[in-house]
Amino acid sequence: MTRPPEDPVLAIRGLRTEFRSGRTWYPAVRGLDLTLYRNETLAVVGESGSGKSVTALSILRLLPESGARIAAGRIELEGRDLLRLSEREMERVRGDRIGMVFQEPMTALNPTMRIGDQVAEALRIHRGLDRAAARREALALLEEVKLPSAAQRMDEYPHQFSGGMRQRVVIAMALACRPQVLLADEPTTALDVTIQAQVLGLLDELKRSHGMSMLVITHNLGVVALIADRVAVMYAGQVVEEAPVRALFAAPRHPYTEALLRATPRVDEDTAALAPIPGQVPSIRAMPAGCAFAPRCPLRRPRCEAEAPPLHADGERLLRCWVRNEERIAA
Amino acid sequence: MTAHADAAAPPAPAGASALAHAFRSNRTSWAGAVLLAAVVLAAVAAPLLAPADPLQQDILARLGPPSAEHPLGTDTYGRDVLSRLLYGAQISLTVGFAAIVVAVAVGGTLGIVAGYAGGLTDQIVMGAMDVLLSFPTLLLGLMVVATLGPSLENLIVAIAVTEMAPFARIARAPTLVLKEQGFVEAGRALGFHPVRIMAVHILPNLIAELAVMASLWLAAAIRTEAALSFIGLGVKPPAATWGGMIREGFETMLDAPWLALFPSLAVLATVLALNLLGDGLRDAIDPKLRRE
Repeated sequence: MTRPPEDPVLAIRGLRTEFRSGRTWYPAVRGLDLTLYRNETLAVVGESGSGKSVTALSILRLLPESGARIAAGRIELEGRDLLRLSEREMERVRGDRIGMVFQEPMTALNPTMRIGDQVAEALRIHRGLDRAAARREALALLEEVKLPSAAQRMDEYPHQFSGGMRQRVVIAMALACRPQVLLADEPTTALDVTIQAQVLGLLDELKRSHGMSMLVITHNLGVVALIADRVAVMYAGQVVEEAPVRALFAAPRHPYTEALLRATPRVDEDTAALAPIPGQVPSIRAMPAGCAFAPRCPLRRPRCEAEAPPLHADGERLLRCWVRNEERIAA
Repeated sequence: MTAHADAAAPPAPAGASALAHAFRSNRTSWAGAVLLAAVVLAAVAAPLLAPADPLQQDILARLGPPSAEHPLGTDTYGRDVLSRLLYGAQISLTVGFAAIVVAVAVGGTLGIVAGYAGGLTDQIVMGAMDVLLSFPTLLLGLMVVATLGPSLENLIVAIAVTEMAPFARIARAPTLVLKEQGFVEAGRALGFHPVRIMAVHILPNLIAELAVMASLWLAAAIRTEAALSFIGLGVKPPAATWGGMIREGFETMLDAPWLALFPSLAVLATVLALNLLGDGLRDAIDPKLRRE
């Protein structure tokens, strides 16, 4: 994969998103830096509770109004800090400049609205198209996401569609206004495996034809391998390793990434060889003082538990690990 | 619905189509609908059906029992009871329907906004609704009419005020569920304004619940109208309303029982029709009852 040009579409800098428990605010995302370049697919990987979905909601500022806040950081879309926009201005960004595909296609469509109208709705709002023009555009979009006999089916209701077909409609809605960035939060988790590959292929194709950048959030490394250019592995609200997809799969450096790959079933290996990661993600209310992964880490040293490691740069790779960084310097 | 609906075997669609489906599949709601239609038709066709002018007095024929000329008898002023009953249906139904429309519109809106906004808005709105609910219906209606003065419009306002709290509750509960649904989140992610999300994406999904409640509470509205008119806080005489007729008839109960009897039966029939309709619809759309 060629290195994308230095032209970030979306730049997240020092993002800190906190949740309230009682009277105290606890960070779910702790100083996150992510850069999404033009025409690139960046996968954010991590297990439940690693802060990856919170990151997506933070980008769109869709966190629940009470009990959640973005405490620090910048989220720049083409140089404009989204965190400084008014709610009104933010509404114009959502769905227009940034599209989002959610995990659950069974509930992502309004059961009382025709499919075509749902796809056309964003066009009418953001583009100001009249009914007929929005409908024509919606039909073109539904054909683009390969909805069979789209012209007839656009007048049907969501309950007449299967999960995979619904996810295509959801994708058409997210793409309606030709956003620069598509956020996909577990876009295939709720789908059958065969449909998953189709939908991922479709997303990749659309990304190319629309010239968008895509941020895919997933816990599924198979998804990552299929469509990502770069991968950021998140653990406890931080990026622990970031690398081009091939480099990451070929030679994971962070002990958590290694463990994650070992815990993933593969067709060419016996599933009995799967190695679960002992322990669990630390609670945001009880974050270790040093490296967040230290309590579960086989390479743990005294320093790891005392001092939080910074993100070290190593060529195209970023790594947050004392031990592996020392090994690299020694070598 | 096309053949796809059967093939996919999904849950029944929400909203207006669910209501239509529920309506078709339920026999009691049919009985209620037919009876209600008859009452509405009689009210609408009152000018054609009424044998006499409802306000025409005939002192010589006062308190007459049912006869060929006056099928339901005459009242204290010799007015034809059947004619007054038919014209009274117009007012009673108009007041009932108008009050319910206002109650659904105001109460439903408040409930959706409270449910969607949550937090302090929710507490304030629903707190106010609880205050309304804590008054007995008739007492509250009485207070409103007594404050505003008796007239057709004020009667409608009074009944709407007494009945909007249940609609706020009925709208709020499903809103709490719906706002967590994917399509509401997706709507927010598509940059839709909260008003649009509430009006276009939430309201159509709870319209069935509101419609069922409306048919049940319409019966209560007609009862309240009759009760307020009965105690003299309704539409001013000489206009005929069912409640007013019952009150007038009440005074001559021992001499001419038909005067109170027939308007009472009319209220009874209408309330029964609406309750049958509402119960039937509710049973049909209630997912807990549908399976059995």
